[in-house]
Amino acid sequence: MADERENGEDLEQLDGGGARSLWSGSITFGLLSLAVDLFPAVRTEALPLKLVDSSLRPLTRRYMCPEHDRFLSRDEIVRGYELDDGEFVVVTDEELESLAPEKSRAIDLRKFVDIAEIDPMYFKRSYFLTPAEDEANRAYRLLAETMERSGRAGIATFVMRGKEYLVALLAENGVLRAETLRFREEIRSAEDVGLPLEAEPAAADVERFRRAIGALAADDVDRALLRDERIERLRALIDDKLARGVDVEKAPEAEEAEDEAEIIDLMEVLKRRLQPEQREAAPAARRSAGAERRETAGTRDGGDDLESRSKSELYERAKALNVPGRSKMDKDELVRALREAGG
Amino acid sequence: MAARAMWKGVLRVADERVPVKLYSAVQDRAVHFRLLHDEDHVPVRQRLVEPESERIVEYAETQRAFLTPERDLVAVRPEELEELAPEPSRDIEVLRFVPTGAIDHRWYERPYFLGPDGKAGELAALVAAMRETGREGIARWVMRKKAYRGALRATGDGVPMLVTLRSAEEVIVASELGAPQGKPLDEREIAMAQQLLSILEAPFEAEQYKDEYRERVLELVQAKAEGKTVRHARPRKHRIEPDLAKALRESLEAERRRA
Repeated sequence: MADERENGEDLEQLDGGGARSLWSGSITFGLLSLAVDLFPAVRTEALPLKLVDSSLRPLTRRYMCPEHDRFLSRDEIVRGYELDDGEFVVVTDEELESLAPEKSRAIDLRKFVDIAEIDPMYFKRSYFLTPAEDEANRAYRLLAETMERSGRAGIATFVMRGKEYLVALLAENGVLRAETLRFREEIRSAEDVGLPLEAEPAAADVERFRRAIGALAADDVDRALLRDERIERLRALIDDKLARGVDVEKAPEAEEAEDEAEIIDLMEVLKRRLQPEQREAAPAARRSAGAERRETAGTRDGGDDLESRSKSELYERAKALNVPGRSKMDKDELVRALREAGG
Repeated sequence: MAARAMWKGVLRVADERVPVKLYSAVQDRAVHFRLLHDEDHVPVRQRLVEPESERIVEYAETQRAFLTPERDLVAVRPEELEELAPEPSRDIEVLRFVPTGAIDHRWYERPYFLGPDGKAGELAALVAAMRETGREGIARWVMRKKAYRGALRATGDGVPMLVTLRSAEEVIVASELGAPQGKPLDEREIAMAQQLLSILEAPFEAEQYKDEYRERVLELVQAKAEGKTVRHARPRKHRIEPDLAKALRESLEAERRRA
């Protein structure tokens, strides 16, 4: 519903969303630590529609400075907090991270609970955690197996892009999932809204409703009840147009217009991250952003063929190496700059 | 102080009708930032651009299109989208009542309190009947041109709620993904990990967790506004043991000493 800002909105503002990892860090459990990447477990839209112009050309969102009347690159954009007098205080990502350095890097599991004890109104959003590197595989599987057998969820708080999150970590079918929970202070009490009203139900009314409930009783949740009919109708409309060749246009090459991660389905990205060995044929999304960063820091990545990488991957590397002016570069320029920077 | 209702509807349970008001049960406490141009600190404006020509396109001139994996773009016109919108209605229709707890937590999205719109007795009777039968409802309704599914339940104090549920299409199910593979795990390691986990078991107490970070962000902003420099906390060293079995053994010993 529109009046709550989805927590993803702020985070993804600069990165445009898509099927990218939102956070890279580690899970710690005692002295055990494993590097993970965090992905959304919920598609923002089941059938995402792109904004196009009247000639069906895809549009991108760009930021513009109204004073300078020109487009801005990512490097030229900072985050500011608006004071009462309308002035802004600029806050950098480094400053935000330094406010809670441990929590920015690790989800530290110090408590395990029965998930059934948590009231439904606390649940906010769902994410998947994938092992970020080969070395994390065993610890990941061990933690998933242990949690799944015990049926318990690990509780922790951590910081992701300037915001603290309370999470319940749980394992299902060998996959680790994080459910973000609302803090107590984010939930209103019934008294706050002026409820409950004192009302003694009449026994006859209760009996009437008991009968009504009985008429609609079922043992479990039929997933079909949760289907979104609008999506089904939209899918039918699109399929019909495709079959008849009406309102269909070939999309321009993806190279400049969009990021690879936006095209690849979230599901596909998750599968590749969870089972990299089975999906060697798809190198683009195979390695994590975390592994990528560590490599560009100058360890493993020797004679890697930069030309074969996608523009978005090159951009991520340039970001990790702090290459100036990267957002204005085309692919060739990125390759050159990365070579110079030793990446 | 009573909050303002955000929507009014009629709960329909089989042949029964209960007029209700919806109140948001959550409040946004996030610290919001604006994106600024670094040179002049002017808030940026987002524009839609056709990247080839760098031409700015006004929102009113846009339409939507679906991109197929084969890279075909299928146009969906505004009037077609309008037709897909659900029929407006005030009915909150309860489709089923399932045993309390049957709805998995991953479906929950956003909670609303329900209050009576008129006489309070009917709603109180519905809550009492739900408690007596140990069931909660699955309802559907249309609010502001959007179709919702929700769980109809009651808080511990007996205040009725609707918690919106995600659609089946939105949720990616772990069983469709495939777990990481590798050499079989060592049962002794699993046993140690289970012992460690059970030492850390506790009831869930929501009150224990505070968004301390939010306060720190506000302090940082305040200090910077006053021209003060901010001292940064240095990360504490968290010892990591790369050998799994050793890490588990030593963690267990440490927790037992603590206990």
